Amino acid sequence: MSEPINGARHSSASPILEVRDLVVHHGQLRALSGISLHVLPGEVYAIIGANGAGKSTLLRTIAGLHHPTSGSIVYDGKDVTGLRPEKRATAGIGMVPEGRRLFASLTLEENLKVGATYARKGPWTFDRVYEMFPWMKDRREQRTAQMSGGEQQSVAIGRALVANPRVLMLDELSLGLAPVIVQRIYGMLPQILESGVTVLLVEQDVSQALRVATHLQCLLEGHTTLEGRPADVTTEQVEAAYFGMAGSASVERALNVSPDEGSES
Amino acid sequence: MSAGTDATVRSGGDVRVTRSRRNVAWTGIGALVVVAVLAYLPYMVYSGTTGILVQAFIVLTLASMWNLLAGYAGLVSVGQQAFLGLGAYFVLIPAMHGLSPFAALPIGAIGAGIVAIPLWWLVSRLRTGYFAIATWVLATAVMLFVERFQSIGGGTGMPLPGLAWSDTALLSAATYWAGLAVTVLAIGTVYFLLRGRLGLVLTAVRDDETAARSSGARVGFARMLVFIVAAIGCGAAGGVLAIQQLQVVPSTSGGVFSVQWTAYMAFATIIGGLGTIEGPIIGTAVYIVLKQTLQSYNAWYLIILGLVAIVITLFARRGLWGLLDERFNIKLFPVGYYLWAPGESRRRRRNGTGSSETPAKASVTS
Amino acid sequence: MAWVSAIIQGILTGGLYALFACGLSLMFGVMKVVNLAYGDLAVVAGYIGVGVIAATHMAFLWAIPIVVLIMAALGYVLQRTLIQAALRRGELITLIVTFGLSMVIENGLLQFFTANGKGLGVNQSFVTASFSIGSQITIAWLDVIIFALAVVVLLSLQYYLSSTKYGRLIRAVADDREAAQLSGADYRHVFGIAAAIAFGTVALAGMAYGTTTVLYPTTGTDTILLIAFATVVIGGLGSLWGTLLGGIVLGVAQQVGAQINISYELLAGYVIFLVVLIVRPQGLTARRTQS
Repeated sequence: MSEPINGARHSSASPILEVRDLVVHHGQLRALSGISLHVLPGEVYAIIGANGAGKSTLLRTIAGLHHPTSGSIVYDGKDVTGLRPEKRATAGIGMVPEGRRLFASLTLEENLKVGATYARKGPWTFDRVYEMFPWMKDRREQRTAQMSGGEQQSVAIGRALVANPRVLMLDELSLGLAPVIVQRIYGMLPQILESGVTVLLVEQDVSQALRVATHLQCLLEGHTTLEGRPADVTTEQVEAAYFGMAGSASVERALNVSPDEGSES
Repeated sequence: MSAGTDATVRSGGDVRVTRSRRNVAWTGIGALVVVAVLAYLPYMVYSGTTGILVQAFIVLTLASMWNLLAGYAGLVSVGQQAFLGLGAYFVLIPAMHGLSPFAALPIGAIGAGIVAIPLWWLVSRLRTGYFAIATWVLATAVMLFVERFQSIGGGTGMPLPGLAWSDTALLSAATYWAGLAVTVLAIGTVYFLLRGRLGLVLTAVRDDETAARSSGARVGFARMLVFIVAAIGCGAAGGVLAIQQLQVVPSTSGGVFSVQWTAYMAFATIIGGLGTIEGPIIGTAVYIVLKQTLQSYNAWYLIILGLVAIVITLFARRGLWGLLDERFNIKLFPVGYYLWAPGESRRRRRNGTGSSETPAKASVTS
Repeated sequence: MAWVSAIIQGILTGGLYALFACGLSLMFGVMKVVNLAYGDLAVVAGYIGVGVIAATHMAFLWAIPIVVLIMAALGYVLQRTLIQAALRRGELITLIVTFGLSMVIENGLLQFFTANGKGLGVNQSFVTASFSIGSQITIAWLDVIIFALAVVVLLSLQYYLSSTKYGRLIRAVADDREAAQLSGADYRHVFGIAAAIAFGTVALAGMAYGTTTVLYPTTGTDTILLIAFATVVIGGLGSLWGTLLGGIVLGVAQQVGAQINISYELLAGYVIFLVVLIVRPQGLTARRTQS
């Protein structure tokens, strides 16, 4: 297990979401090997890492779409590891899944309506979503399948928001989108945070993640290779953690090998 | 595949690959003994018993074919009765022209196989659910088509000529031997097919079709071959059925085109063990026992058969044989491979319950 | 003139076929279940209807909603238990389980009610009442009523799916089950609702069918299953009005076949079904092709 580069986090605040020693398999393949994290309320916690590092698996497991082999997930002080995904959603864990996953045969507004079916009480109403994305007002009756990638991403975010989650998980927002669009979408983050939502996001685009995160963790092949605040990590450290270059002290610590032995699988 | 994740490859020496743990010669001899005893049976028992056994042979052949289709090739067909019926009619027609029905059996089988070719072209691209429905539709269409020909009995059926033998005991025995021969050929064919490359292709497809295709396996060809072989097998069974019933009746219950035959072969296969060659044997035994004990209660045995099949499908996917196999680890028809690390002796692993850390033990079984 | 009469008859029969098919379309479209016992459910509904009428001596018309409700409840339970268990284990297993269910139902009916058919005991004059157009075309009122019933059911279903909470959920779950879960929907419950609706409509269709013919234990697989599937396939999955179109095409094809040669009636239907299955399996109205 790696230690934070600078352990300067407010330990008096209790985390709203905690993951403890999570081990997750895909069939026989071990996707996550003992991952831990804790997200404090109001944070923007970013998980970065290359393809196949296990980032989306982590989010999906937290959401309940995947069962861990061992470890636990604690939300708001309660162990939710055994809870069905829909129960976690109604408890306040929302997710914008990788690839948007909109309901293709439904209109924009119908997508939002489904999101609001089991909504909790909170500030996010349809009107507030339309305020944040004004272009949606006129295209309410349009089928989402015909919209651009950026527009679909916005609808997916809106769908998750109208449920009024306390923790919003964003899985690879930038995937398949032009950088300009990505920036615009991430530009919405302050509004979301303002409403009291905590954000846990997964991002392949490291610079984008570093720009918005208040805390980050880097995964490599299912292991944590770096953890800390963006301000406290150097580019070299991030690179090493991301690509897993042998000889990097933090990587070796994570993988529990000394610099001389060959690495274990 | 059960490969230990911590497996280390022993260096030095070659790894041996064998087809079974024990000497397969023992099973082979055992099979020959069984067949020899069965062949001698008509001399020992009354024709009532051989009659029951003929029923068993028919269902066993059908079940082996259905198992090949659904258990190995993933083709759930609920229309195999089409080939059963066609086999019967392709025995009837030559018999009406003077050929002995027994001699016409191969014609029945091959005829069904030939019809299978255009039918396969019709349904081959359909996915599981659509495929099942299409086979059902085809079977019904075939039946309706055949029923139009008054010359072979139309909708009411026709007696099978050439069976008015004076020695009825000999007729029973001949029917019995025909059934036995068909069954032995059927199971033997399935065994040798699966032992060879076809078996590998089918198992690979079962595990991961895309991977199988991209590694060059000729999946479409394999499936077509299975479909045609199954048609031939069902056709042969149909011929035996016609001989046993002394007539060919298309559609009333018990008729050669009745969907109940699919029920029998499917349930027998499932109860015995889908995807195992031994399964249909056990399943057929269960079917016969149930039929005999519940004889006077008509539809009961199908109800029970169906319920048991549902329960087994959900909770014991590999059926009764699967349960036996898991406990005792026996295979009568070895079609898998075992890897032996150099220096490992067969004797040490006889029980199969030895240390779970046996390195390099990877078994690819069907 | 006989041709015109045949075509009109075919169109009207298409309404009944669409009634049979819409439940199947729902189950297949939402849950991807090929329910081989589907036809038998209509027969079961008919038998329940006979039983209810015999036990309570109520009028046929009152018995209909009761049977529909019973079957809808049955549908929910069966979906949440048996069918869900099978679905989790894959398409192959689901096919086998529903096939087993079909055989159990049919043989159960056979065992407990004998092979004799059951008629719904509707007033005969009601069944044969007809009216004429011109001098050569007679149309039975019952056929028109059934067609109208089918249209009403289809309209109601369409409204339900497009404008109600559960209708939206059903469509959402059908589009993307996991995304629906992330929005808080228990898909098993939604499946159950869809199954309840499907069983309800098939019950209605079975009762309607039972007024026109006698129901035998094997009618489910002999006749109804193939009609329902043919209608869905011809019309195209995912479109309710496509189901009506499919029913009409099938009905007309059958009547046209019968005009050519009386024994061609059933065969014509099967041939059309096979042709569509092979040439254009996505049906006449589908926008997207089935993967």
